[in-house]
Order: sequence, then C-alpha cells, then structure tokens
Amino acid sequence: MEQAKLQKLCDMARRIRIGIIEGTHAAKSGHPGGSLSIADIMAYLYTEELNIDPQNPTMADRDRFVLSKGHCAPALYSTLANRGYFPVEELTTLRKHGSRLQGHPDMTLTPGVDMSAGSLGLGISSAAGMALAGKVDGKSYRVYTIIGDGESEEGQVWEACMFAAHYKLDNLCVIVDWNGLQIDGPIAEVMDPTPHDKKLEAFGFHVISIDGHDFDAIEAALAEAKTVKGKPTAIVARTVKGKGVSFMENKVNWHGAAPNDEQYEAALAELNA
Amino acid sequence: MADKIATRESYGAALVELADKYDFLVMDADLAEATKTVKFKKAHPERFFDCGIAEGNMMSVAAGIATTGKTVFASTFAMFAAGRAFEQVRNSIGYPHLNVKIGATHAGITVGEDGATHQCNEDFGLMRTIPGMTIVNPSDAVEAKAAVEAAINTNGPFYLRFGRYAVPVINDNPEYHFELGKGVLLADGTDVTLVATGIMVAMALEAKELLAQEGISARVINIHTIKPIDAEIIEKAAKETGAIVTAEEHNIIGGLGSAVAEVVGECAPVPVVRVGVRDSYGHSGTVPALLEAYGLTPASIAEAAKKALALKK
Repeated sequence: MEQAKLQKLCDMARRIRIGIIEGTHAAKSGHPGGSLSIADIMAYLYTEELNIDPQNPTMADRDRFVLSKGHCAPALYSTLANRGYFPVEELTTLRKHGSRLQGHPDMTLTPGVDMSAGSLGLGISSAAGMALAGKVDGKSYRVYTIIGDGESEEGQVWEACMFAAHYKLDNLCVIVDWNGLQIDGPIAEVMDPTPHDKKLEAFGFHVISIDGHDFDAIEAALAEAKTVKGKPTAIVARTVKGKGVSFMENKVNWHGAAPNDEQYEAALAELNA
Repeated sequence: MADKIATRESYGAALVELADKYDFLVMDADLAEATKTVKFKKAHPERFFDCGIAEGNMMSVAAGIATTGKTVFASTFAMFAAGRAFEQVRNSIGYPHLNVKIGATHAGITVGEDGATHQCNEDFGLMRTIPGMTIVNPSDAVEAKAAVEAAINTNGPFYLRFGRYAVPVINDNPEYHFELGKGVLLADGTDVTLVATGIMVAMALEAKELLAQEGISARVINIHTIKPIDAEIIEKAAKETGAIVTAEEHNIIGGLGSAVAEVVGECAPVPVVRVGVRDSYGHSGTVPALLEAYGLTPASIAEAAKKALALKK
C-alpha cells in the first residue's frame, strides 16, 4: 500500500489506542487488552472499508458493524470519536454514570453504534440478522462483526455461523480476534476453541487467515471477502493482546484492568513516541 | 361457547391474514408445524426464515433484523422462547427496545402428554422482569388474532403467549374490541372479583355461575395484557368488591397473581387468593386430567373465591 495511506492508517490506529488508554484510565476499569488487539483492524474498517457517514450515523444503506466482543467498547468508542461521530474529549466519560459510553455498546445511546452487544455470542447473531435483512431488501450494504477467540467458546457463535452459511450471507464478514488470551488464562488452557480456520471452513465460511496488525494483509483480506459469493467470509486475525503498549502485550492480566496514573503516563509516552 | 380453537391456530392464521396489510418477517426454530407459523411459511415463503433448533440465535438474529427497521415475529415454544432464550430476549431485544414480536406457543400445562420439560409455567415471570416488554396472553382465538395485530402496531419488544389446547371462543361478538393494556369487564358482581387470563377466563365465567348458585355475586375481569397491567380496573375491583381471586395457567409465583397482588398491595389492600400451578413442575397426561390435577378448574376458582370472602374483613 502507498506510504501516505499506510501513514494515515498507522496514525488512526495510534489515536484509537490513545483513546483506549484515556478511556480506561479515566474509568478506572474496562478492557484495554482486547481493545488494543483490534485497534489496527478498527482503524482500517472505519478509515477505508465501511461505507458510513459520521454526520448521518443511521443512514439507511450504510455498512453495519457489530462489536460482538462488546467488552472492547473502548476501541469502538475511540474509533467512532476519532472518525467524528462525537468529540474525542467524551472518551474520558467512559463507564461513568450519565455517560453515553456504557461499559458495553448501547445502540440507543451512542451515535455510530449499530447494535447493543457484549454479552458474548449475541452480537454475531445480530450481525447475521442485519445481513439477512439486507438480502431480503435487496440492499448492497455489508455487515462486519468482530468476535473474540475466547468468545467463540460460546455455542451461540456456532449457531450464528451455521445460520450465516445456510442463508448464504456473502454480505457478512466475521473477523476473529485471535489474541490467544481470555480472562482465566491462555485460551489453549482454559477451553481451546482452535483451530478457528478449519472449524469455520467446516461451518461453510470462506476463511482467510492474516496477521491482524498488518494493514496490507487486512486490506487484502477485506477486498477478497467482497469477491466471495454464496457464503460468508471469516477473517481469522492473529493479534497480540495489548498491542502497542509494551508492558500490556501478551499479558492476560490486562484483559480487564485499567492503567493507573503511572501506567497511563508510560502508555501515552509510548504511543506518542 | 360451541366452538373450541387453540390460540396457536389463530396465531398462524392471523399472520397470514395480516401479511398483506403489514410488512413483517416470520422466523421459527424448527417448530413451524406446531406453532402454526407453517401457514405463513406456505403463503409467504420469501418472508419466512427457519433458524433450526437454535432459539437463542433466533432471538439475536431477529434483533439484528429489527435494527434495519423491520418487524419480526420469532416463534417457538414458550419454554424455549422465554426460558432457553431469556438472555437473548433481554439483551438483544429488550435492552435496545427492538421490534421483535415473540410468538410463544405451547405455554402452560395444556401442552399435555409431552410433560414437564415442555410445560412452561414460568414465562410471565421471566418476561415481566424485562423492562419495556409488553406481554399479552389472549383468552381465545378472537383475542389472539387481535393481539397479533396489536403487537405489529406497538413499538418495541412484545411477548405473545399462545396455547396448544383448543379452548372455547368467548369473544365472538360484534362489540368485541381489543385494547392493549386494558382489562375487560366480562361480568359485573359485588362480592368478589375473579381476575383471569388466557384459558382461565372461560373457566372464571363458569365459576361465576357456580358462585351465583350459592348466592355469591362475582365480577369477572379478563386480563389479556399481563404487562403493562391494567392497574385501574384492578384497583376499582379491589375497592368495590373487597376480595380478589386470580386465575392463570402459570406458576402462582411471578405471573398474573403476583402482578395483581402488587397492584392491590400498593393501592387498595384486600385479600388476593391465587389459582394457578402451585410452584411445581408439570406432568404428562391428558389435558383434562392435568387441569383437574393442578386445580385449574371452575370449581377451584369458586373455592378460591370463598376463601377470599372468608378473609374479607
């Protein structure tokens, strides 16, 4: 990809990560690890991929995005704010009483949030529903959803996959954030849901495996997904939990812990470097 | 009261009848033949989607469809709609207040021979605690059809409860008018009020006759809308008759009896005696045998009325 475009994406991802740190630090709680792991994918989706208009968040024919791993709302909010849906300053109201930025996404409160989700396994089903509605209405919009690798331990994820393949939802793109860690430890130790690629293929998906921090790979995968007809696409993205903040990378305890003041300064220094 | 029709039959027929008037989709979870959405499936296959045996997924999918502005009926047995898929109904449909209409059939013990695993006596309790959920339990085929149309015309989540068992048609008259959230005064009386819902409404009317033979004047109210409950008609009945009996094909915990007691307790304390399934599971058997065994009969309602009268000061 061109240097200028890459620079733009890197800058967006950096700003998304800063917003994640700002939000979780101010909230004194939240989920920075899995938010940071999807920051690059979010940057690409909202900068290059989605047909959206921040001035008209409910535009009828817009592409839809569902954050099925809704605990990573800090990443979604930071992305939306940096894309102009609401002021970036609002990110520090995360999880506070009276804020539009709930602990998990609420479509009735936050501009740009297409579906309330976060109870794991539910969002991917709703994304499939949106894709089906698009088919029924003969619309060309596409639906994207990010699920967690740990989330795929929920049976409903596979019910949704069965449904998406059965109804040939080629307008649906499921992205698996394979960062390898969940609350209780490595997914391989807690309840191994792998191999996602083979399982999703068996469920009727066109599967593309990528490095979830490589913008060229993200771009190529999303482009390929759009050429697939008659079946949904899954992008299995290998990612690093906590990516971009060195002391958070690959550390399970950063799944659901907020940075204290000192850690906050260190994280921002690193992201601003 | 010659005709007997199961409300599920009326549900399926109503979906077909209303298909041209309103734009909606229908989903089922491999029970279309039983829930009677099969009638809609045959008439409008392009608007019908089977989700297979995956009720939780169906509810969240329906919610996703509803975000695009469509109205969706999601059908399965009450046990799986309110029980299995409770969390999906709460979080995917209830929390964002989406236009999903849950058509729950085979509610209560009148499922009959299939037994306890499929006899849902808990759905009112479960659905009532979801903020913004409307719950309607029609008393007969006429009311069931009206309820389906009301669901389409009401914004937000809606739980419709239908039965498998054929019950008497009691509302087949030109004056019948369904008003969501309003109890229906079916017969006036002064000593006690029988507040019934669903299949128990016809039985309450019979109980009134039994009580009349003993010189007791009973008022009969049909509560088709379990939520929001018609507090006004209940408060008035409490104040004017001074004693209330509730009758429902549901656990006495969490359903109509609880809802009425909540209203009465807060605005007009009088005795409330509950007729229903007394905090137990169902059982296999013929419907008449089960209704008798679980005390869901006109005689039980009349008995409860006498208890309520004895408690009246």
